[in-house]
Amino acid sequence: MRPELLMMDVPLAESLDVTPTQSVGRLEAVSRLFGSFAALRQVSVTFEPGKCYVLLGENGAGKSTLLRILAGLLLPSAGKVTVFEGQEPHKARHRIGYMSHAPMLYDELTGLENMRYFRSLYQTEDCLDAEDVLRQVGLDPALPRTLGQYSQGMRQRASLARVLISKPGLLLLDEPFSNMDVESVDQMVRLLAKFRTGNRTILLTTHQRDLAAPIADFILKLRVGRVHSLERGTPTL
Amino acid sequence: MTTPTTGQTELQEPSWSKLVFAHLQKDLRIEWRSREAINSMLFFALLVVVLFSMAFDPTADASREIAGGVLCVATLFASVSALNQAWAREIRHQVLDALRMTPSGGSPMFFAKVLSNFLFVSIVQVILGPIFFIMYNLHPLGEAWLLAVVIPLGTWALVANGTFFAALSIRSRNRELLLPLILFPIFLPALLAMVMAVKTILTGDSGDPTHLWIKLLGGYDIIFTTVSLLLFGTVLEAE
Repeated sequence: MRPELLMMDVPLAESLDVTPTQSVGRLEAVSRLFGSFAALRQVSVTFEPGKCYVLLGENGAGKSTLLRILAGLLLPSAGKVTVFEGQEPHKARHRIGYMSHAPMLYDELTGLENMRYFRSLYQTEDCLDAEDVLRQVGLDPALPRTLGQYSQGMRQRASLARVLISKPGLLLLDEPFSNMDVESVDQMVRLLAKFRTGNRTILLTTHQRDLAAPIADFILKLRVGRVHSLERGTPTL
Repeated sequence: MTTPTTGQTELQEPSWSKLVFAHLQKDLRIEWRSREAINSMLFFALLVVVLFSMAFDPTADASREIAGGVLCVATLFASVSALNQAWAREIRHQVLDALRMTPSGGSPMFFAKVLSNFLFVSIVQVILGPIFFIMYNLHPLGEAWLLAVVIPLGTWALVANGTFFAALSIRSRNRELLLPLILFPIFLPALLAMVMAVKTILTGDSGDPTHLWIKLLGGYDIIFTTVSLLLFGTVLEAE
């Protein structure tokens, strides 16, 4: 391992004088290498339940890698990751909602067909209704258009609906506000604020700090794969 | 069971058959709307059959000897073009990651994909078959009904392997080249059994044991389908 990867960051909970009794996600000295490139370098951070963390950082800072590792879609090269009090992420994936840059839905199906399909892959009784969840994100379930004919903003909403349908305890959103108009962002932020009140945790990455400010309990800044700072936010919702 | 952190009920996996049905329904619906797989396979297979009929005299008695091979190879080449695209929709827009996040597991997804590909190839064969028989002026001299056993068994061998290896090669940059390179050598025993069985049925050669080829195809299908089902989860999680 490269020498700089062996340098430890100060655990963030200590640096903030916060000692969470529960954690919904915990990274301990996590590094992730892609060939010789280190996307994450010895990152240690604990995420408390019921809070919204806004991840900021330049392109290549490691935001998406951090989310994918927490989602259990990517294994860390070094370090330990746990979610929901000690579970390995890949074993608890069904309790995690992950929204990527891409819509993660089928272009050839309508919004409602996509929702019904993904809902059928979970235990049906524990999921939100496919039509209700589309309405919640501001989409018309009766819209006959396939997803391929949706605008970028509508795709983002449909993608959020897919994530919400299984009522996840941890919501990981990678650039959820990209390509969305201000009104749609405002609606999404209000929806996320409602989601967070159910003791569920949100981690979202964005380049537009101001848009996420109303729900940001913490602002985590990453720089070249390391944690640069963790500040308390001033949520208004 | 209630989790302390979120108060959420633990999700339980729905039954395997329900999951297979959900995946299958989705695959069929998408193909019904796009008709990408069936159209590309059909035109390619027709092209191969026509080209072979121009290269050889299709009315000669000898055509009976090679007809089985031509039909099987036409199906094989045509299927590869569709199998290469079998997981393309899951890769596009990272749908595969969304599926990995669900509790459904890999085996129902794989089995449904094999079933849908089997249906698509079978539809092509049903359309191609009569054209092929007319062009090659074929009259089976053996037990013609056995074709209804041999061809589906051979097709299943092709799509089960093809779907598995297509998944294995999806993250490769040269996946279109890689799939036939892996698939053809492994499919060779099934192809041989299929060609020999079809030839025996067409020529009515009583000295050749058709039933032995059918048993070989059946055994091949069971072994490769089981192994693929068991290994698909690992393939799905490969980074």
